[in-house]
Amino acid sequence: MDCEHAMYRVYEYLDGELTMWRRRAIARHLDECPPCAQGFHFEVELRQIVASKCHEKVPHELRTRIAAALGIEPPPDPGDPA
Amino acid sequence: MADQARFAELTMPYMSALYAAALRMTRNPSDAEDLVQETYLRAYRGFQGFREGTNLKAWLYKILTNTYINAYRAKRRRPDQVDLDEVEDFYLFRRLGGLEAADATRTAETEVLDAIPDAEVKEALESLPEQFRMAVILADIEGFSYKEIAEILEVPIGTVMSRIHRGRKQLQKKLWEYAQEHNIRPRAETTTGG
Repeated sequence: MDCEHAMYRVYEYLDGELTMWRRRAIARHLDECPPCAQGFHFEVELRQIVASKCHEKVPHELRTRIAAALGIEPPPDPGDPA
Repeated sequence: MADQARFAELTMPYMSALYAAALRMTRNPSDAEDLVQETYLRAYRGFQGFREGTNLKAWLYKILTNTYINAYRAKRRRPDQVDLDEVEDFYLFRRLGGLEAADATRTAETEVLDAIPDAEVKEALESLPEQFRMAVILADIEGFSYKEIAEILEVPIGTVMSRIHRGRKQLQKKLWEYAQEHNIRPRAETTTGG
């Protein structure tokens, strides 16, 4: 396994979509190659940061609308004091 | 328990995530609200056919996605057949100097990402062509597997992979463009954070 092959599989590796054999081959490469290991780690952090920056708060009015349409009590907004 | 109450109990916890995905898809708060409401109504109507114990989250996202495609794509007859430029692996990490600095601390590169405002990250994601955007949202924000995404979007797994991979790289390119325009760079040396 060289850097090029490891990079080619970076997303499948991080997405947990590889067979165990391929996973192990990449894991071994990452153990031996700090630049690749850091690059892989960066991809993980990037994804976490993007996900955390894309959170949205549901407008209260939408919760009420949906509850009314379903004929149920509106659920409390998460984070609101009970 | 009444069906109605059971439905609410199971599906309400997903509302924030569905709303966030709807916003990224429609790029418009009032369309996103309508899309989420319609998704809940359709899901409720179809709840009889839903078997508990199967993948509720994927089921809800499939309804969301189908509703979106039917409602919003109806305006255009076909989805945009677009392609993206080839973007190299580790695009952003390379640009941030991560592969050159032998002792680079990862903090230096991730600080750049943290410095990009939430609104700009959302905009970068929303700027991706629809088919790539949907795949990236489902994979990276919602954490679905390739197989689940293939079922939600009704495309082969190979297509899902290609869309996710290329969409992610394109997103990196957009983020890099923003960082450059705003002169956000990794600090040469990390200082002790306060």
